[in-house]
Amino acid sequence: MALIFIFNIVKKEFFIRQLLGLCALLTVLTTFSIIVILLVEAISFFDKVPMSQFLTDTKWSPLFTNKHFGILPLFMGTMLITGVAIMIALPLGLSIAVYLSEYAPSGFKKRIKPLLELLAAVPTVVYGFFALTVITPFLQKIFPGMSGFNALSAGIVMGIMIIPFISSLSEDALSSVSNSLREAAYGMGSTRFQTAFKVTVPTASSAIIASVILAISRALGETMIVTIAAGMQPRMTLNPLVPVETITAYIVQVSSGDVPYGSIEYQTIFAAGIALFVFTFLLNNLSWWIKKRFMVKI
Amino acid sequence: MVSSTFAMEINLMKRIPDSLETQKPQQKIALSVYDVTAWYGDFAALHNISMSIKENQITSLIGPSGCGKSTFLRLFNRMNDFISDFRVSGTVKLNGKNIYSKAVDVVQLRKDVGMVFQKPNPFPKSIFENVAYGLRIQGINNKSVLEEKVEQALKQADLWNDVKDILKRSALALSGGQQQRVCIARCLAVEPKVILMDEPTSALDPISTARIEVLLNELKDRYTIVIVTHNMQQAARISQQTAFFYIGDLIEFSDTEKLFTNPEEERTQNYVTGRFG
Ligand SMILES: Nc1ncnc2c1ncn2[C@@H]1O[C@H](COP(=O)(O)OP(=O)(O)OP(=O)(O)O)[C@@H](O)[C@H]1O
Ligand SMILES: [Mg+2]
Repeated sequence: MALIFIFNIVKKEFFIRQLLGLCALLTVLTTFSIIVILLVEAISFFDKVPMSQFLTDTKWSPLFTNKHFGILPLFMGTMLITGVAIMIALPLGLSIAVYLSEYAPSGFKKRIKPLLELLAAVPTVVYGFFALTVITPFLQKIFPGMSGFNALSAGIVMGIMIIPFISSLSEDALSSVSNSLREAAYGMGSTRFQTAFKVTVPTASSAIIASVILAISRALGETMIVTIAAGMQPRMTLNPLVPVETITAYIVQVSSGDVPYGSIEYQTIFAAGIALFVFTFLLNNLSWWIKKRFMVKI
Repeated sequence: MVSSTFAMEINLMKRIPDSLETQKPQQKIALSVYDVTAWYGDFAALHNISMSIKENQITSLIGPSGCGKSTFLRLFNRMNDFISDFRVSGTVKLNGKNIYSKAVDVVQLRKDVGMVFQKPNPFPKSIFENVAYGLRIQGINNKSVLEEKVEQALKQADLWNDVKDILKRSALALSGGQQQRVCIARCLAVEPKVILMDEPTSALDPISTARIEVLLNELKDRYTIVIVTHNMQQAARISQQTAFFYIGDLIEFSDTEKLFTNPEEERTQNYVTGRFG
């Protein structure tokens, strides 16, 4: 009896293990095939356009008769908007995290955190129109020359969207800092502010940095807001008041147009896609590396 | 430093140890507690406690678990203030000043009254930065001043020889006993008047414990030390006076030798001989 029972458990275990393994395999396969497709199309793109031109040309105009294939303007547009977004989200997100974990009463924290997380749940198309119809007209009062489509409003709204990535994850990290360290800090005669910024934040720093990098990855890949509000004009500029285009917005532009399958215009999507992929991949590795490095230090 | 009115107040207290041979002649009172009752919500964790703690000696607090030793110890640096429903009545004085009066700057108080905790809790920073922490938050950032004070504190904490070549290494890489001595050094670096210790050796092995006991014996010449301990041999070995608490009451407070060998109260007798608790 007992033997059969044990045998059944062993068989069941085996089955479950196989099933879970299969699920894992499926995700790996999906990722892998995405990379393969990206690579295949990108390789045939780079057959026609040399990599050096792709990386150094300062113009991007594959859809015009005078074709240029420099990714830099798209890269710059992406960085500009992400930069604005981080400049909004980092100070706000971190202040919120510190406030919630070090100052706010726990009841308040429990109620406010899910509300904050709602910010990330708003559909991005709503954010896009919010940027276009609310933020831009408002900013135009401050900067009269600002165009209707611009990097600034898209960046600001994207910043608002990614606040919860930073605030929520950083707050988790801060809250998980042992109370014995807070006691030590207060016991030494630290003020609340000193305790927060000299002890708790540094202790949680690797997780905080990881949250910021996650937020950056999210901003880099964000598509809808920039497509709607930023203008779709590839431009090599750091001026946030004029229209720009990001890598993602370009991909949308081409995908939703009617470029012939297999043409060079079509293949630019994959070239742009792989550029974005490599970039986010590097960023994720950076976050992993920072985590590891800080972990060793602590 | 003891004002005349203050001296009168001491006379009112319940248990004032008679002048005994072991006592230094003109020993001052560092901390005095008068009629203190402390509550967590409706629960009174300490009842009408009065006692005075002398300067430059070690005072032990003993008693069974939950009798209020930590609550009592944490009165002196107002660490209980962080507990939202905590209340206290009566007076607690440090060098004659009521530390619960409205005018008191709690942050400053905690610089005068340092604390070492049960579990070693160094910051996840280098050994140097741990010891320099208290100086840095006072705005001292001059490198040579910091180096001098850190070295001095580490020497006082009997740790300098262990760590003088690895000051930049994380304090968390040290052994438990060394970590606890980092915490002691961190506390000494700001030159507090009083050091509170809540079971500082209960998480340590016997050798580290012995080293810290030797250390405490040296430190008492410069600091007033109040220590909570579950280890009665430890209390007997290191302290000059001992207070026995039982369910929120101060049962007996006298010279350590007397308390352990010839206590007035039966409950003390039972506890120190291991009959309960
Ligand atoms: N934060 C708190 N809220 C409510 N009650 C508390 C709190 N902290 C302690 N108490 C209660 O106060 C009493 C005294 O606690 P305290 O921690 O001072 O005891 P202790 O003598 O230090 O015990 P131990 O030897 O176990 O450390 C206990 O009954 C405890 O349950
Ligand atoms: Mg205790």
